[in-house]
Amino acid sequence: MSFLTIEHLEKSFGPNRVVKDFNLTIEKGEFISLLGPSGCGKTTVLRMVAGFETPTSGAIHIDGKDVVRLRPNQRSIGMVFQAYALFPNLTVAQNVGFGLKVNGTARQEIQSRVEEMLSLIGLPDLGARYPFQLSGGQQQRVALARALAPRPQVLLLDEPLSALDAKIRVSLREEIRAIQQKLGITTIFVTHDQEEALSISDRIVVMHQGIADQVGTPFEIYNNPATRFVAGFVGTLNLMEAKVIDAEKGVTTIGGAPVILGRPLPKGKATLAARPETIRLGRAPGKDTVLAGKITGVNFLGSVIRLRADVGGQVIDFDTFNAPGVPPPTPGTEVELSLSARDLLVIPE
Amino acid sequence: MKRAAAWSILLLGGIYFILPLAGMVEFSLSMKRGVYSLEAYRVVLADPQFRQTFTYSVVMSLLTILFGVLLVVPTAFWVRLKMPWARPYVEFLTLMPLVIPAIVTVFGYIRLYNTSSWLPLTGTLMGSNFLLLMGYAMLSLPYMYRAVDTGLRTIDVATLTEAAQSLGAGWTTILARIILPNVLVAVLSGAFVTFAIVMGEFTMAALLNRPAFGPYLQLMGANKAYEPFALSTIAFAITWACMGLIQLVTRFSKHTKAAQG
Ligand SMILES: Nc1ncnc2c1ncn2[C@@H]1O[C@H](COP(=O)(O)OP(=O)(O)OP(=O)(O)O)[C@@H](O)[C@H]1O
Ligand SMILES: [Mg+2]
Repeated sequence: MSFLTIEHLEKSFGPNRVVKDFNLTIEKGEFISLLGPSGCGKTTVLRMVAGFETPTSGAIHIDGKDVVRLRPNQRSIGMVFQAYALFPNLTVAQNVGFGLKVNGTARQEIQSRVEEMLSLIGLPDLGARYPFQLSGGQQQRVALARALAPRPQVLLLDEPLSALDAKIRVSLREEIRAIQQKLGITTIFVTHDQEEALSISDRIVVMHQGIADQVGTPFEIYNNPATRFVAGFVGTLNLMEAKVIDAEKGVTTIGGAPVILGRPLPKGKATLAARPETIRLGRAPGKDTVLAGKITGVNFLGSVIRLRADVGGQVIDFDTFNAPGVPPPTPGTEVELSLSARDLLVIPE
Repeated sequence: MKRAAAWSILLLGGIYFILPLAGMVEFSLSMKRGVYSLEAYRVVLADPQFRQTFTYSVVMSLLTILFGVLLVVPTAFWVRLKMPWARPYVEFLTLMPLVIPAIVTVFGYIRLYNTSSWLPLTGTLMGSNFLLLMGYAMLSLPYMYRAVDTGLRTIDVATLTEAAQSLGAGWTTILARIILPNVLVAVLSGAFVTFAIVMGEFTMAALLNRPAFGPYLQLMGANKAYEPFALSTIAFAITWACMGLIQLVTRFSKHTKAAQG
């Protein structure tokens, strides 16, 4: 039996069905991300687990116990909010110790736990400060320590990094992951940032209009998107319309050039997709398919240069590494692109 | 040029306020002919009735403040949290005391709770005191509610509440340890206005026949020359002391900056 199970969860606000038949099982100690565009219902799912919203129907079990009827303060849940939500009238140490004080922990024990948590988040000397005397990143770390101090069964984070600037976002997400692994706490992390989800999750739930489109490891989600939406939402993907010549043997043409997949395809037309990093400029060794095109855009990103080409009327983005001696092709240049047919994804309609 | 105009307006305003005050203080010091003395103050302070009524009103105002805080803070909190749509209505309701004269309210009380009614509150001293307390609380409602509601606006009530709930806190803990401390400055400014209202209130206390400071002031004013001015000066000093205290509290509450962020 899994540690946290969500079965047939539904939520409607009036006539608006916001979460539809949502199912998920989470093992103890797992780090799960809910990933999806704005308004897809991520926060609503998280708030139902926390107890701030009542499901219209469905069940939530934590450690075998049905929690749907429990109030938020009875669920043993740690929550971190986008807006930090530290108590402005309490010091950092009092904030971190709040949950312990509420549940009647002895004073000395609170003190030692607070010290432990503050050194865990790397702020051992800031206990006496007030929240307004901390930077955003520090405040969010304190919020994390506050959520973890009472030893909750589940940690819930709702876009905890969205209010921070890019550099801190990256370092703090790694820190959150490290702390999560150290404590082995079961975690649900809500984000709309796919890079964030891919980099720190054990598994990702990609949500779309209230439905869990796909649940899988970052590797699975990125390399085998189950739906067209997942394919488009996670990472950059070139969608190519292919004419199917032989559906059984998987023979197609893209922009007039033959492409042999060797996998069964739907009859008539198929949508194929390729990640930019699987396509090479020129004929590269080990690539079995060559397409001819014309460069239409050059985007210098630093270590990587993203090129855009027109292949028989289809737009294809692909990457090439920066090399100091070799300037990238200029727009208008006729080029050849090469790729492996087995890297192509067949996108379900 | 603009500057000079601004300063002269300020000066004019200052004179407008200060001149009557100066006159009042000057007159209160002139009980002995020819010299300034504190004679009027001595007489007033020595009057046992002064001490009784003053104490009575101070106690009543403290009780009113306590009752008001216990009534208004949870109400304003709940309205903001769970019934934001009801805010205009609740606000309108709290403004009613400004529209309905105190005399109407107190006659209503007397009619509803007289000795032959189902709840004969006016029949006992404690009952009358209780009615007066309710009346005072009602009079202070517009100021108290607005002050607290404004205070709540400076914090993210919903998220702080949820954060506290997820940490295991119940409603009482949330109100006492999170909400109240964060609106304390606002509560104090409401409390100060309440104090001033109760100390000077005449109609309700007189009609319910309670020995309050307001009716005493009126009595002295009608019968004595210098003492009322000494009393007014005292009352004024209390008001200013309250305001000074609020300033101090605001200055020393370390977290107000965060509460505004
Ligand atoms: N209390 C509410 N009353 C009515 N509708 C709501 C309520 N809360 C959320 N919704 C609606 O439910 C939908 C999903 O909202 P939710 O906050 O779960 O989205 P989200 O995936 O977290 O989006 P974001 O990335 O913008 O935070 C939205 O269309 C929103 O308008
Ligand atoms: Mg959200």
